[in-house]
Amino acid sequence: MLTINNLQARVSEKEILKGINLDIKPGEVHAIMGPNGSGKSTLASVLAGREDYEVTGGSVQFKGVDLLELSPDQRAAEGIFLAFQYPVEIPGVTTINFLKTAVNQIRKYKGEPAMDAVQFLKMMKEKAKSVKIDETLLKRSLNEGFSGGEKKRNEIFQMAMLEPTLAILDETDSGLDIDALKIVADGVNQLRSPDRSFLVVTHYQRLLDYIIPDFVHVLYKGQIVKSGDKSLALELEEKGYDWIKAEMGELI
Amino acid sequence: MLFSYLEDKIKSKEFNSEIKKQAADSFLKLGVPTIKHEEWKYSNLKVVANSQFEQVENSQINIDFDSELLKFGSNKIVFINGIFSSEHSIILTNSSFVFVTLSDSDKANENILEKYLGKISNVSNEAFTALNVALAEQGAFIYIPKNVTVSEPIIIQNIVDNTASSHVVNLHHLIVAEENAEAKIVEIFYSEGKEVSFENTLTEIAVNADARLDYYKIQNQNPGIYHVGTTQVLQEQKSYFYAATFSLDGSFIRNNLNIVLNGEYIENHMYGLYIPNGTQHIDNHTLVDHKMPNSESNELYKGILGDKSTGVFNGKIFVRQDAQKTNAYQNCRNVLISPNATMNTKPQLEIWADDVKCSHGTTTGQLNDDHIFYMQSRGIPKSEAVKLQLVAFAEDVVSQLKLNELKTVLEHIIEKKLNWTEGEY
Repeated sequence: MLTINNLQARVSEKEILKGINLDIKPGEVHAIMGPNGSGKSTLASVLAGREDYEVTGGSVQFKGVDLLELSPDQRAAEGIFLAFQYPVEIPGVTTINFLKTAVNQIRKYKGEPAMDAVQFLKMMKEKAKSVKIDETLLKRSLNEGFSGGEKKRNEIFQMAMLEPTLAILDETDSGLDIDALKIVADGVNQLRSPDRSFLVVTHYQRLLDYIIPDFVHVLYKGQIVKSGDKSLALELEEKGYDWIKAEMGELI
Repeated sequence: MLFSYLEDKIKSKEFNSEIKKQAADSFLKLGVPTIKHEEWKYSNLKVVANSQFEQVENSQINIDFDSELLKFGSNKIVFINGIFSSEHSIILTNSSFVFVTLSDSDKANENILEKYLGKISNVSNEAFTALNVALAEQGAFIYIPKNVTVSEPIIIQNIVDNTASSHVVNLHHLIVAEENAEAKIVEIFYSEGKEVSFENTLTEIAVNADARLDYYKIQNQNPGIYHVGTTQVLQEQKSYFYAATFSLDGSFIRNNLNIVLNGEYIENHMYGLYIPNGTQHIDNHTLVDHKMPNSESNELYKGILGDKSTGVFNGKIFVRQDAQKTNAYQNCRNVLISPNATMNTKPQLEIWADDVKCSHGTTTGQLNDDHIFYMQSRGIPKSEAVKLQLVAFAEDVVSQLKLNELKTVLEHIIEKKLNWTEGEY
């Protein structure tokens, strides 16, 4: 589904990704872990198409398409979804109106007819229920005045609405207490399916107790330095990132 | 040249009233303001002044009355090129208000006209007001008697047909809401065609004790119009006045909205939205003068500026020594969507009383790239994301429109206008 080959990227002269290789097949859940500054969020942003990052080498194939050639909105329409670490607040635009525009723009991209208001509201009610988000929140301006937990839940709700084939979760667990974390993880687990893949970027192992990954990769200094199954996450939790640094032959 | 043409016209005219003579004298004394004049620093009239005008009386008009904006409403008073058109006007016969054109006002209204016409405004220090009072021969006189509520909005359409010739328009409207009267007035400024016209309008409004008046000024004009328009309001005790000024199209617009709060417990609201693009220039000058205690004024103006357009906001609030316990708020927010657009803002608060609550704020910024990326990451193309955000930016002013039908029409016009932003991103 997603094949990343020797991906390199920088932001204003600073090399951040130094040759990432990763292969994600349909239905798989991959976790990317790593210390602060290792390039985890950069990888998520580059895949979603944020302009601040300049890709300097390598390739990314998504369902046979050259992803790097597409604008962020085209990537979304092709089935990429990024759940933001810090979702923005947009005053004056309600979540409902925002999502209705998004859903219909994606349908337009695919050459499908627009969804009418009745269909859309029905779908929205179902999805809101499934990810346990209060419908009154959706009538308010997007994320405006939402708590950290509400914002993250809104990200998961949007993911449910847009039904992506590859969902990238960028430190979705940051700033969440354990109850909020469980609700968010539940939402993600409900969306797991044989043809939908996940790339879960996280600093802590905690989230992976609830979203069980098939593969865990450790990102360090812009490269994947270790890969394994879910036990790698536990090992990291136990030994800390210094273990990786030591293995890389660095002085601690 | 326009101004010498106007000067000649004033000099050669016989005036039939004292106030007109007074106005003519002060215009000749004041002259046309240049950018050296503090109030005209950012609005240069040179372009208008250097244009050639030929006054042509035009019986054939080319205006498309199918326009959504012109179709709005059921009480319509229509002026075309400064002349009342009974053919296009619709005044409901069971109207509870009085309408006459100033040109044929009769003895019955003599006392009211004598009291208010040209008297609410100050002809001695405003050149364009003086010019208007001196030269205007036509205009609407709307009178809402004591205790009467007019529920249907009263529309005044100021139409200029620029398709075949240039015009100089001086319309002078007078609206009087008597004690405890209530009405909604919508002034529409509309034009079609490519020729250049100069429009200098004056709308005087008296809102007497306990009266409630909503006033809308909607400007949707072709690129040839140079508009200077003054709305002069006198509010008496416990009255309510609401103004919404939407400047959507026109090449040069200068709006003066001057409000005198001449009593206690007055409530006043002013909302404005301006969306210039190309080389359009939109200047809003507002003035609220709190003369007595316990009144409230509240102002919110918003602007979206593109291309090489320029905007001006100058908001004055005076709180006189007697006006204790005044609440006065002013806010002006702008977004520039082109590096070549310019916005000049100048809030001016002059407070002589000591027990008041006043605040003001102006900001001018750009669209947030993070917001745009967020929207794109959900599948919304950049141009749509920009438009969605601009519509949202305008929303706190648009949502203040109380006439739903008018609101829908304006939303359509705004959305259509914002299509130009596609080229900017």
